Amino acid sequence: MEIPSELESRIDEVITHYPASKRSASLPLLHLIQEHFGYITDEAISWVAQKLELEPINILELVTFYPMFRQEPYGKHHIRVCRTLSCAMAGSYSLLKTFCRHAKIDPEQHEHGSHVLKSPDGKYSLEFVECLASCGTGPVCMIDDDFYEAVSEDEAPELLQKYQ
Amino acid sequence: MAAILRTPHPREKRIIFKNIDREGWTTDIDCYEKDGGYEDLRAAFRLTPEQIVNEVKTSSLRGRGGAGFPCGAKWGFIKPGGSKPVYLICNADESEPGTFKDRYIIHQDPHQLLEGMIISCYAVNARLAYIYIRGEFPLGAQILEQAIAEAKSRGYIGSNILGSGFDLEIYVHRGAGAYICGEETGLIESLEGKRPYPRIKPPYFPAVLGLYMSPTVVNNVETLCNVKHIVRMGGAEFAKIGRPNNTGTRVLCVSGDVQKPGYYELEVGALTMGELIYDVCGGLKPGRKLKAVIPGGSSAKVLRADERYKIKSKQSDGTVTEQEIGIDDIRMDFDSLAAVGSMAGSGGVIVMDDSRDMVWALNNINEFYAHESCGQCTPCREGSLWMSKMTGRMLQGGGDQRDPDVLTSVADNIAGRTICAFGEACAWPTQSFVAKFRDEFAAYAAKNGSKAEQA
Repeated sequence: MEIPSELESRIDEVITHYPASKRSASLPLLHLIQEHFGYITDEAISWVAQKLELEPINILELVTFYPMFRQEPYGKHHIRVCRTLSCAMAGSYSLLKTFCRHAKIDPEQHEHGSHVLKSPDGKYSLEFVECLASCGTGPVCMIDDDFYEAVSEDEAPELLQKYQ
Repeated sequence: MAAILRTPHPREKRIIFKNIDREGWTTDIDCYEKDGGYEDLRAAFRLTPEQIVNEVKTSSLRGRGGAGFPCGAKWGFIKPGGSKPVYLICNADESEPGTFKDRYIIHQDPHQLLEGMIISCYAVNARLAYIYIRGEFPLGAQILEQAIAEAKSRGYIGSNILGSGFDLEIYVHRGAGAYICGEETGLIESLEGKRPYPRIKPPYFPAVLGLYMSPTVVNNVETLCNVKHIVRMGGAEFAKIGRPNNTGTRVLCVSGDVQKPGYYELEVGALTMGELIYDVCGGLKPGRKLKAVIPGGSSAKVLRADERYKIKSKQSDGTVTEQEIGIDDIRMDFDSLAAVGSMAGSGGVIVMDDSRDMVWALNNINEFYAHESCGQCTPCREGSLWMSKMTGRMLQGGGDQRDPDVLTSVADNIAGRTICAFGEACAWPTQSFVAKFRDEFAAYAAKNGSKAEQA
């Protein structure tokens, strides 16, 4: 694993946001690492720990706790569909199935320890997530960092088209 | 986020959401300054910190995050002149299902939040502040970072702000998808770079032993925005909006089975539930009848549409009268919703019509809490999962006539037995859904005839 110098200088800058305790920079560093590499390896965990003068377990326990961190690659594009009540009432369960159908994802697949569904070609991964805080415009979803409101099942295929 | 511009409803009173959906409004500082932005900050520096705290106390502003705790009292716990630094944290971890107000402030009016924060930091003498924003708002985090950079370049953040001698740095800190980080002590642990296991109170009241064991104020986004307006109007004038002990406006977020779901900024208590649903939100879908309302985010106890509520109210001559009202007549304020056994919570109103299955709805909520329990306290970690498994089994056709009692018993054994309020938050839906729709829960046993016989 090689940390490019640009990334490292960004990391060093972020650490200065926490003058009282470097440990506070754990989450921001994990975000930066994940954005760059796509997921967080054991090696990355050790690197972050060393950078912040912590033990690797201090970092690993964060990666395993916080739902947004991942230790395996997701698809090239990651889709999050909101599962919680208002979106469910607005049809998020069938939206999820529609995404599966068009992204060629098997909704019944089970991989131990993972709730993320993947398409065999590696292009898409799909996750049913808890409330995305836009309950008035359900069902909502995110594709990568982009947010979409009131997504109808008819719109799902063209939405996927945008992410190749 | 491509905003769809929406004209405010005539019954709205827009203060906090004045710039939301405003034609030509942008997030950059020029737009904000042209509209009189940061003038309230200049006014604040003409006051002493104590004067600002007193104005906030006079305003009777209550926290908009969920608990409704008086903001001035919270600030009053910070003792001036202590040896440790004071921190202020803006809780922008908006994740209570049904709530979506902070999203719009962050994405469309970041400088209003910053101005409110800077004034608040000056009032409690915090020189370092963080905005803890939920991880699922990546664009919101960028917008805030941009806004902070702009405010710094104009001298509103940094050292010796506007020549006042007051120094302040504000940083954005992103969460990573955990609901429990909205709990203030969990948030603090998370900001310290740990798992967000909430701390026990006492002794860990944030005002005394908060971030890095220093005095810390944690306020919701909407609460901090209100501070700016309190400085402009004065606390007494602000307190005239709304009702006594329920002052100001509230952004109510309405979702579910209404014609016009969305956010509506209303004077606290100016409307009843019926007016909100039928006048402001355009009523229910054609041919549907109201069945239930969750009035303050998914944790709030559900209200049944045909229930009668006894409300006590104090008259001007000091006598107390009791009145029986229906759901439509419940006033949308902190005290009235508490009086009918629920809460105003975070302002998230979820409306359900007669097409909804209450076991299905509760199961959805139970799955949420089972997923989000941090796992620190056994009753919550195990109980939230048990409740979720039970309602899940009922939906799969495995209902049992003992289910309503067992569900209630599990919920009863979580509430009050945990370190943080998540225990109550996950118990209240089950307790209230089962109590108020017991017939529906019992009917699931009948759907599974043979098993019910055996029991």
